[in-house]
Amino acid sequence: MSTTVAPPRTAPVYEPPAPPATPAPDFIPGSPPPAPLWADTWRGISKENPVLVQMLGMCPTMAVTNVMANGIAMGLATTFVLVGSGLFVSLFRKYIAHEVRITSYILIIATFVTLADLLLAASFPEISKALGPFIPLIVANCLLLGRAEAFAAKVGPVRALADGLGMGLGFTLSLSAMSAIRELLGRGSLLGFDVMGPHWEPWVFMVLPPGGFFTLGLLLMTVAWVAELRRRRREAVA
Amino acid sequence: MSNLAWIFVSTLVVNNFTLVMFLGLCSFFGVTAKIGTAWRLGLANTFVLIITAFSAWVLNTFVLVRTPYLRTIAFIVVIASAVQIVEMAVKKYFPVLFRQLGIYLPLITTNCAILGLALFQTSRHYTLSEGLVFALGAGFGLTLALSLLASIRERMEVADVPVVARRMGLVLVAASCLSLAFMGFAGMGSQ
Repeated sequence: MSTTVAPPRTAPVYEPPAPPATPAPDFIPGSPPPAPLWADTWRGISKENPVLVQMLGMCPTMAVTNVMANGIAMGLATTFVLVGSGLFVSLFRKYIAHEVRITSYILIIATFVTLADLLLAASFPEISKALGPFIPLIVANCLLLGRAEAFAAKVGPVRALADGLGMGLGFTLSLSAMSAIRELLGRGSLLGFDVMGPHWEPWVFMVLPPGGFFTLGLLLMTVAWVAELRRRRREAVA
Repeated sequence: MSNLAWIFVSTLVVNNFTLVMFLGLCSFFGVTAKIGTAWRLGLANTFVLIITAFSAWVLNTFVLVRTPYLRTIAFIVVIASAVQIVEMAVKKYFPVLFRQLGIYLPLITTNCAILGLALFQTSRHYTLSEGLVFALGAGFGLTLALSLLASIRERMEVADVPVVARRMGLVLVAASCLSLAFMGFAGMGSQ
């Protein structure tokens, strides 16, 4: 006779089903973790640089970079428009109907471009005159519409600001680099100061339109070269 | 009359919109992989340019005299509508071309050449006929530049180039050479 004692049965513990994974709600403004914010800004300067990697906003990149002051002014004006339009596109993202979004973004961008145009004309008239129609032409810079559509319309205002700032800085840095090369070789000066000395024979080619294409081509090849070197080093390690 | 002819030649080659004034570079690098698409887009652009020149003249004459600060916004809205109209027309009457152009047709809106034309037309105080000739010259100049670069790029496809130049680098240097060729016209007409 064997009495087997059945092990006490434990009542199955009721486990409430895990709440369905909600898709991350649209970013809540005001509480962005600091690291992604840095990443948002840094991306525009490095890995997704608008000029050197994405090749967006080519027209001002070439047209105004024959003198360094113009390049920097153009970069800063574009940064202003990027940050402003990014903020407003992000703020209004829930109220803009899908069908008319492109037109709405263009209108927001055009408003900030008009602001930048008037500000520049009021405070730096000679730079405004040198840049001429290229300040109003910021409206047609694909970079702005691209960022509005791809980023600002999908995140909260703080991240949109960080992204706009990063893209703007990346744009400004690329423009500064290009204009520094072109002014140094084409005029022998930097920001108007004579650098190369009196015996420097200026390469007029560099300040003319072909020099713009050429400098950007060289910069792109340099970027490709660095990427290639890195790839080879990674393969050598592995 | 010679004034009109000069405006045409000047925008066609001497101040070519793409290669000398750097307007419309996105499509210049974006759609020039195939020559067939390149010249067709050039002609679509020409059409939009002519509509824009006319609309900009109407705006400048009747609306913007009172509100000059609305210039940029007014122009871009008119251009966006013009592109929309062209898109619908092309879709209805040339469905094959519509499919070939794809995304680049709506992207004409953010083509700086179009807005640039309206702005230059304003700053140079062109009359209606001068503006229309300006648009025609600009459009043909754009078509010329697009076709030239596309033909070069079709040849470069099969060339064996170093790794670092394989992507856009070499295309830009080729564009630089083209631009240099167009610089040969510089100074023409300034005697």
